[in-house]
Amino acid sequence: MGRFLVRRLLATLPVLAIVAVLVFAMLRLTPGDPAAVLAGDAATTEQIARIRSGLGLDRSIAEQFVIWAGRMLTGDLGESFYYKTKVTDLIGQRLEPTLSLAALTITIAVVVAVPLGVLAAWRFGGWLDRGLMAFSVLGFSIPIFVLAYLLIWAVSLQLGWLPVQGYRRLADGIGPWFRHLLLPSITLSVIYIALIARVTRASVLETLGEDYIRTARAKGLREGRVLVRHALANAAVPIATVIGIGIALLIGGVVVTESVYAIPGLGRLTVDAVLARDFPTIQGVILLFSFAYVLINLLVDVSYVFLDPRIRY
Amino acid sequence: MSGAPPPILEVRGLAVALPPGGERSHAVRDVAFEVGAGEVLCLVGESGSGKSVIAQAVMGLLPKTLPVASGSIRLQGEEVAHAAPARLRELRATRMSMIFQEPMTALNPVMTCGEQIDEVLREHTTLTTAERRRRVLAIVREVLLPEPERMVQSYPHQLSGGQRQRIVIAIALVLDPVLLIADEPTTALDVTTQAQILRLVLELQRRRGAGVLFITHDFGVVAEVAHRVAVLRLGQLVEIGTKDEVLRRPRHAYTQMLIGAVPTLRVDPRPSDPDAPFVLRVRALEKTYRDHRWFAKERTVHAAADVDLEIRRGQTLGIVGESGSGKSTVARCIVRLVDPTAGSVLLGDGSGDDIATMASGPLRKLRKRVQIVFQDPYRSLNPRRNVAEALIEGPVNYGMRRAEALAKARELLELVRMDASAMDRYPHQFSGGQRQRICIARALMLDPELLIADEAVSALDVSVQAQVLRLLDEIRSRLSIAMLFITHDLRVASQVADHLAVMSKGRIVEYGPAAQVFAAPRHEYTRALFAAAPGGGFAFAPQAA
Amino acid sequence: MTIDATTADPVSRSRQKAGAEGAAHSAGALADAPPIVGQPGAWSRVRRNLSVRIGGFFLLLLVAIAFAAPWLGTVDPSLFDPASRDLLPGREGEITTLDGETLKHRFWMGSDSFGRDIYSRVVYGTQVSLVVGIATAAVALAIGIVLGLVAGYLRRVDGILMRVMDGVMAIPAILIAIALVAMWRGSLLTVVVAIAIPEIPRVTRLVRSLVLSIREEPYVEAAISLGTPTVKIMLRHVLPNTVAPLVVQGTFICGAGILTEAILSFLGVGLPPDIPTWGNVMAEGRAQFNQYPHNIFFPGVFLALTVLAVNILGDGLRDTLDPKMARRT
Repeated sequence: MGRFLVRRLLATLPVLAIVAVLVFAMLRLTPGDPAAVLAGDAATTEQIARIRSGLGLDRSIAEQFVIWAGRMLTGDLGESFYYKTKVTDLIGQRLEPTLSLAALTITIAVVVAVPLGVLAAWRFGGWLDRGLMAFSVLGFSIPIFVLAYLLIWAVSLQLGWLPVQGYRRLADGIGPWFRHLLLPSITLSVIYIALIARVTRASVLETLGEDYIRTARAKGLREGRVLVRHALANAAVPIATVIGIGIALLIGGVVVTESVYAIPGLGRLTVDAVLARDFPTIQGVILLFSFAYVLINLLVDVSYVFLDPRIRY
Repeated sequence: MSGAPPPILEVRGLAVALPPGGERSHAVRDVAFEVGAGEVLCLVGESGSGKSVIAQAVMGLLPKTLPVASGSIRLQGEEVAHAAPARLRELRATRMSMIFQEPMTALNPVMTCGEQIDEVLREHTTLTTAERRRRVLAIVREVLLPEPERMVQSYPHQLSGGQRQRIVIAIALVLDPVLLIADEPTTALDVTTQAQILRLVLELQRRRGAGVLFITHDFGVVAEVAHRVAVLRLGQLVEIGTKDEVLRRPRHAYTQMLIGAVPTLRVDPRPSDPDAPFVLRVRALEKTYRDHRWFAKERTVHAAADVDLEIRRGQTLGIVGESGSGKSTVARCIVRLVDPTAGSVLLGDGSGDDIATMASGPLRKLRKRVQIVFQDPYRSLNPRRNVAEALIEGPVNYGMRRAEALAKARELLELVRMDASAMDRYPHQFSGGQRQRICIARALMLDPELLIADEAVSALDVSVQAQVLRLLDEIRSRLSIAMLFITHDLRVASQVADHLAVMSKGRIVEYGPAAQVFAAPRHEYTRALFAAAPGGGFAFAPQAA
Repeated sequence: MTIDATTADPVSRSRQKAGAEGAAHSAGALADAPPIVGQPGAWSRVRRNLSVRIGGFFLLLLVAIAFAAPWLGTVDPSLFDPASRDLLPGREGEITTLDGETLKHRFWMGSDSFGRDIYSRVVYGTQVSLVVGIATAAVALAIGIVLGLVAGYLRRVDGILMRVMDGVMAIPAILIAIALVAMWRGSLLTVVVAIAIPEIPRVTRLVRSLVLSIREEPYVEAAISLGTPTVKIMLRHVLPNTVAPLVVQGTFICGAGILTEAILSFLGVGLPPDIPTWGNVMAEGRAQFNQYPHNIFFPGVFLALTVLAVNILGDGLRDTLDPKMARRT
């Protein structure tokens, strides 16, 4: 088992390396001179040159990459142009809100979507099935921020049940933390629910057509047991897969959601950094998100071994 | 069987409706039969006859789209045709059980075998955990699986097809039902495994005195297991009687036709010219697959090793073997769809060109001389191109002009007994047998010296099979072409082969004139193979020539 | 970001149905019997599908609106009038033309904080959205098909190429788009390319897997043994059978493209604010959402309906054209 884990980890290294190269390359493709931008319009050529060598921009691209990669591996993501603090510190400050939002969203999504998907597949063609598919298409189509404003307008402004914006730290109490996160989580989870429910439904439908379901029914088992122990258990791998892949959607959604709900997390940081052309921060955040995504999917891969005894690496 | 005990299963006037718009209005109509205690009734029919529908109707497993329109099904006197779902669930596994055709997919892949048997006990009895475990181990032993403790812990994918089918049988019989329904339980298994499973089922049935409704399309199996036989055609029962009556003195024309179409294991020696020129000589052919993986052990599979064979003009070489024996690999090497690892494939006299090692440029010229017909008629033709385009593709590749190629295509369609109007139609408009004939015509368009049939009739019904085999025979004698016929079905091989090669695990274990090999097999594998062929010793009704 | 709900790659199980028992219920097997439903004739099925009709109709309507924008009671979307700021929907007001004239104008959807007519901006925004959507799909498909064919046919390149694709897919699509547009400065071209790039790997994967699976089909092997050269096989046997899934995929990419452009503009990193896109209109209205929600809702509804139509169309196409991706009946 340990050997298998090591092997899977090693297999992700090439991907991580390529991500690093891509992130580096993306930001070096800028037309124009970052040093000039940084120095401002009134700078002299000398000042610009000094800034440039300070940033290491006068060396060759390959050298720059090696230096950058080396620093990254030791945890040094550089210093933000804009905030004038270490990028790692910035990320540290903003981590809790984003993690809270993500955790709550994933929980809501999985708890709601999987049972719905199973039931829709079981009663294929029924009203639940059709309703779920309609909801699913809607969920993919309404942009997150439109949905967010809709919910804010309905729930916070008209009904006054939940606060409009903002974030409360966990340390300040679970109640406020939860109340401020509920609406953002629901907003963000809609698209995730749409995705997971769809895949659950498709996967369970496919499983229900398999021979061993027929065998299970021929054994006189109760339908509930057939659905869970036989159908869902075998449908688990694609469902786990999509939960992992959906994280990419989640990350994209976090950026927008934090923006609308004024949550001081990593998503907001990304947007602010982009607007300010703060390269080190942008690089740092994108790297973080990508690595997290790869690792989460690695976890999903590992989970396959527990879900399906046929899978042995 | 007449006598005091009432029949276990009594079916009267059963009709199951089909969704509207299909070929016929009912899947089965007016079906009536009985299964008594301790007897095996075989339900025989080709695909589409409705035999599986009947089995599922008895168990109450029909989908909502196929409702029981009328009739009665009585299990030990109790009406089950329209019983409540809860009652049906109670009856399943306790009084009636079913085993299915595909053992590879009949078991839940994520539950251990032991758990799957245990489930039946948990659902229907109130035994304690310890008692259940004892029962499970006992039944696993009864189905003759080795190392019961280990079997019980294993997952289905760790077992072979035959072993899985035994587990399925164990699940079906653990609660001693009075009726066992077996829906083609051995069709997907190798010949030797098939024999074992049939023996097992019979033994268990005899021991428990259960009634068995045995569904099959294979008359050899019928000869092996049946007490009584019922023949189904297009949803209606055309004949029913004891095994002797139906197999030796069939009354209905359809039954007679079916029995006539069954190839026997007798080989009629055919005239062949021992001095005809060689068309193909294969020497020391080898194909090894190496699985290179980054961080795992390398796996080597010897798909074919040390294969020698030769075919003369006008003769047919049959290669017989079970799945995994390497016979298809050999065929694909000869046609260079796969590159051999070693050895030589020589066309013509043996002084000619070696297909095995030729580069792709000059290889193209040689491809004309060897053509192949594949197993799956539904995937051998591009669904987007019509028959005419499919047929002329070959000759046009080699420079023939369209008009000429089209004319030749029409000729060949006639040769394979198809109407020229087929040219403008698309593959999906034809049945399996027709498509296979189109594929044969396509192969012949290039005037090959050697025609390879890779399980070309395995996916067809018995009657259609017979037609295609007859056609191939005719082609062989008319065009004086050499044929390499690959099959897993001994009876088919006995009908077509002049010479026979038997393969096992990538090697040829026996090779010689067919008549000789069938009459006096020398290798023990060959002997086991022949012995295992179901119904081998049964003398069917004399065939109408 | 395309939500391709079926890339979840279920563990595939192939079942052999020798004898086609399933189809046999509607075909007597003895005689050489009539057919099972097949692919040619798919286009008529497509036209009859309800989802295709609804989605297609709505999209055609949008295209019509985009072309007819100048004549639908709109004014130049960049015109503004400080006197007509923040008007509620339906109000009358004034608008100043480029020549300095003042016109009376009814603001059907209200006005923004500059005094621009929301209705005009929304209608003209249709043009931009459709162009972005279609262009993104075209670019992603074109590049993806080429890469997919290369990966499917050239073993040596396959490994590296797919690793790079994995790398691109590991970075969440929005982040790539944001970063690229920020670097290159927003213009129509850069936005289209920035949104298309994250979609390319999925297309490549799709084409590659199609190529690999079609190459295994017996009819392709038959073509090889009939002496057909590789290029002809690719064009005649492989590509035509990839059209259907690619059309479906392209439709979904179009929807995602429209959505992503809106998000980018909303965040302030999309097209320049003077170009009327739905995202820009909504971005402008953020600050005063509490009092004047119409800034966000009108473009938002249009956006949602457009993407909905595209997705419904895509679903319909998938159900009729691509049996493997379709739901069961």
